[in-house]
Amino acid sequence: MNSTNKGTTIVAFCCIYCAYAAADLAGSMRLQYPSNVRIVRTPCTGRLEVEYFLRAFENGADGVLVAGCEEGSCHFKEGNLIAKRRVAYARKFLAESGLEPERLKMVNVSAAGARQLIEHIKEMAETVVKLGPSPLNKAKRSAPQEAKL
Amino acid sequence: MIVAERKSINELVDMLPNGSKILVLGCGTCVTVCLAGGEREVSIIASALRIASRARGLGYTVSELTIERQCDNIFIEQAAEAIEKADVVLSLGCGAGVQAIAERYLKKPVYAGLNTKFLGILEERGMWTEKCAQCGSCVLHQYGGICPVTRCAKHLMNGPCGGSREDRCEVRPDRPCAWQLIYQRLKGIGQLDRLEKIEPPKQWSASLSGGPRVIVREDHRI
Repeated sequence: MNSTNKGTTIVAFCCIYCAYAAADLAGSMRLQYPSNVRIVRTPCTGRLEVEYFLRAFENGADGVLVAGCEEGSCHFKEGNLIAKRRVAYARKFLAESGLEPERLKMVNVSAAGARQLIEHIKEMAETVVKLGPSPLNKAKRSAPQEAKL
Repeated sequence: MIVAERKSINELVDMLPNGSKILVLGCGTCVTVCLAGGEREVSIIASALRIASRARGLGYTVSELTIERQCDNIFIEQAAEAIEKADVVLSLGCGAGVQAIAERYLKKPVYAGLNTKFLGILEERGMWTEKCAQCGSCVLHQYGGICPVTRCAKHLMNGPCGGSREDRCEVRPDRPCAWQLIYQRLKGIGQLDRLEKIEPPKQWSASLSGGPRVIVREDHRI
């Protein structure tokens, strides 16, 4: 969709009860979104552990989006609130390790929020364009190849 | 249990030699329970070190292992192969665990990945508080089960001090006054008369002030 996205990868962990349904709806609505996003369906964002986010960066992600239900609407009551705290904790590790914490972000969307989800994805894509490829991938990117995820 | 807290990745990077093969070694006992050095934390720290290594060009090769207990030779044995393969060990055990590994592997540098803080309990989810200062001569029975040595900021054996505000400690206003707790507890169990007795100065030679402590049980020695 955007030539500046070329060669970068965004991983979007999407809760099956909201953001994943929203992504599905976006497809049904024929809405366009950045082609470098890789959607990972998760049973609930509360299932995601801190190391999942770090591993995504280790394995080639330039940005990671965690998309959970709107606060107060989690199917498992507080999974999205747990994820919010874990994302905040993981961001500390990114900053300490030398990666920009902005590369990891938690957002909340409803199952009907196809347009909102796409806006969030676009924002993350812009953040990655602004920050440039992850320093972990720079060496690899000099020889063009797909990020291994 | 022993409560510890992780060192920052920057602190670890400052300690660890560049270009080394690092084994991040966790402990499955106290530090697992206080979410500082168990299998999950080993995974997170190892991942963060790999990211730091690649982002800053530190040349680390990081491996991970968590054993049941680092302070016990029987369990350390399980880590022998992994320790041999590594250049250095980053122990996520408590201070006792780090030393047990260092004593066992004389030629292997061992680094402490945690700051061991205190002996305490999980007071609320995600919050640990200090309960025991290991003074070596327990007086809890005299104070209704509330330790003045640990929980009174001034370690007063005949309290409270003049700084107790309502039920708050003047040194740490976010913590309750231990002597208020002692009073309430003794009142609750009908032992307020204990407070009429003046305690003599505490004998500190049984504490760490008397030097490193050793306990010998002849009936268990071979």
